[in-house]
Amino acid sequence: MAADDHTVLQLSTPSTANLSAKVHPLVIFNICDCYVRRPDQAERVIGTLLGSVLPDGTVDIRNSYAVPHTESAEQVALDIEYHHNMVVSHQKVNPKEVIVGWYSTGLGVTGGSALIHDFYSREVPNPVHLTVDTGFRNGEGTIKAYFSVNLALGDRQLAAQFQEIPLDLRMVEAERLGFDILKTTAVDKLPNDLEGMEVTMQRLLALIDDVYKYVDDVVEGRVAADNSIGRFISDTVASLPKLSPSVFDKLVNDSLQDQLLLLYLSSITRTQLGLAEKLNTAAQIL
Amino acid sequence: MANSMAKSFLQVAATEEVVSPLRVVQIEGLVILKIIKHCKEFSPALVTGQLLGLDVGIVLEVTNCFPFPIREEDEEIEADGANYQLEMMRCLREVNVDNNTVGWYQSTILGSYQTVELIETFMNYQENIRRCVCIIYDPSRSNQGVLALKALKLSDSFMELYRANSFTGEKLREKNLSWMDIFEEIPIKVSNSALISAFMTELESDTPVTQCDYDRLQLSSNPYMERNMEFLIECMDDLSVEQQKFQFYYRSLSRQQAQQQAWLQKRRADNMQRKAAGEDPLPEEDPSNPIFKPIPEPSRLESFLITNQIANYCNQINGVSGQSFNRLYLMKSLHDN
Repeated sequence: MAADDHTVLQLSTPSTANLSAKVHPLVIFNICDCYVRRPDQAERVIGTLLGSVLPDGTVDIRNSYAVPHTESAEQVALDIEYHHNMVVSHQKVNPKEVIVGWYSTGLGVTGGSALIHDFYSREVPNPVHLTVDTGFRNGEGTIKAYFSVNLALGDRQLAAQFQEIPLDLRMVEAERLGFDILKTTAVDKLPNDLEGMEVTMQRLLALIDDVYKYVDDVVEGRVAADNSIGRFISDTVASLPKLSPSVFDKLVNDSLQDQLLLLYLSSITRTQLGLAEKLNTAAQIL
Repeated sequence: MANSMAKSFLQVAATEEVVSPLRVVQIEGLVILKIIKHCKEFSPALVTGQLLGLDVGIVLEVTNCFPFPIREEDEEIEADGANYQLEMMRCLREVNVDNNTVGWYQSTILGSYQTVELIETFMNYQENIRRCVCIIYDPSRSNQGVLALKALKLSDSFMELYRANSFTGEKLREKNLSWMDIFEEIPIKVSNSALISAFMTELESDTPVTQCDYDRLQLSSNPYMERNMEFLIECMDDLSVEQQKFQFYYRSLSRQQAQQQAWLQKRRADNMQRKAAGEDPLPEEDPSNPIFKPIPEPSRLESFLITNQIANYCNQINGVSGQSFNRLYLMKSLHDN
């Protein structure tokens, strides 16, 4: 009996203690868009996260959609049928994307969230809860991901604690290209090849200038030398292949000539097309 | 007084609303990301999807999109596809997304998208929607470091001709239509809501190191160029096949005309004889004679499309060569220093 009084508060540690999540920027865009389009009386938006679980345990969040819900002080109601319809539709396109969790806008985790999390954990073991602060309450838009951990006292479930997990924003190469135009509110035209090249080269130039300045500073003693950075720089400079100038020139000239040949071919083709078209439509039938 | 007012109202109601020409397609960043993601996931397979948005004057706003599942060639799944579309539209309507179809998007490989199917799809869409646009995204070019997104529309004169289904030389000369006029490319504008741009600005680190897109500085563009040239050569072959068809047509036409002339001469000679003999002259035309049957002129649609594709490939080659020049010179100067 005395032993019964000394029950220990157990926190069932999740077996995946070093869990983390990766989010694609598309998900953030989706969430913001749904937030902007929410019905007037709703304060926040709730939706499902789709994605996959990578073999090393990280959750890869790739897509999302909003689920209509009603919320009042006491209860939360979620449109479950809509949720299932959307999952089925999305899986028709991409069968690899499964439910991995849910999101809500707004800063903290509220009481209603626990209920919703419960619902989602019936669909998927260990769902991830993502909060996106669209109100910019801390002066910045914080995005946090949580896992729920059950607090149990002996046999009784007491509460669910939301533990934060590290979040990583991933961007695929092609998306990164378009990123500049995604940042501003309006872009007048998509940059074409050469303009993009120019921008990239300017950035590279800026990088090189920075490195130059740093080395100068170190040499003149303005900045303390950091050995690891120094090693990185020397590695980079050494990675330029050691070719004699004549060999290098020959390489460059060969490639240049190849490109020129291709350009010439394509211009010939275009001239040919122009001629052929004139001949074709100008032919008179008696 | 009231009469004249009523009449003016009738007049106003009777005047057709002037359709302002489409000048700009305004796409939201969300749509671009979705298109990129969908096309990239399934590349090299070609995928399509639907565009949703609003049609406002000279601007066509595209605010959302959803992908189509890859369709098997099966009859029952056709109905499934239609169901899927209705389901998606209904669900999106519930979350206040614009429910209006304004076009579709598709992915392509190396810009080889000018096919007859594209034109047919356009005509299908045009029946129901007054203005629709097709967005083409090329994931293979994006690996080269360019955001290859294009908005296309069929030109009006071409659509009229297509409906009449006649592509003879006469008609084309009348309309002054050349292969360049089939598709019209519309400039794209990107817009984002303020919330999203706030998020993005904050999420992206400001250090230039992570900002640099190294893909564009890659020196090796050879595989891409090789594939481009292969496609180009195939297209040239197709074009020469079409040319041969035309040659054959002209040759048979001139042969037929020679035959007609010969027959006419003979008929005339016969008639002279008959006149001399006092009989009725035979008619100078004989529609039942097979040499008078008109030979159909082959449609020029295919050759136009092929020419379009070739032009596209050439443009791409030009673009990539330009980039390569830049890169080579950059490398040269780096090395010299």
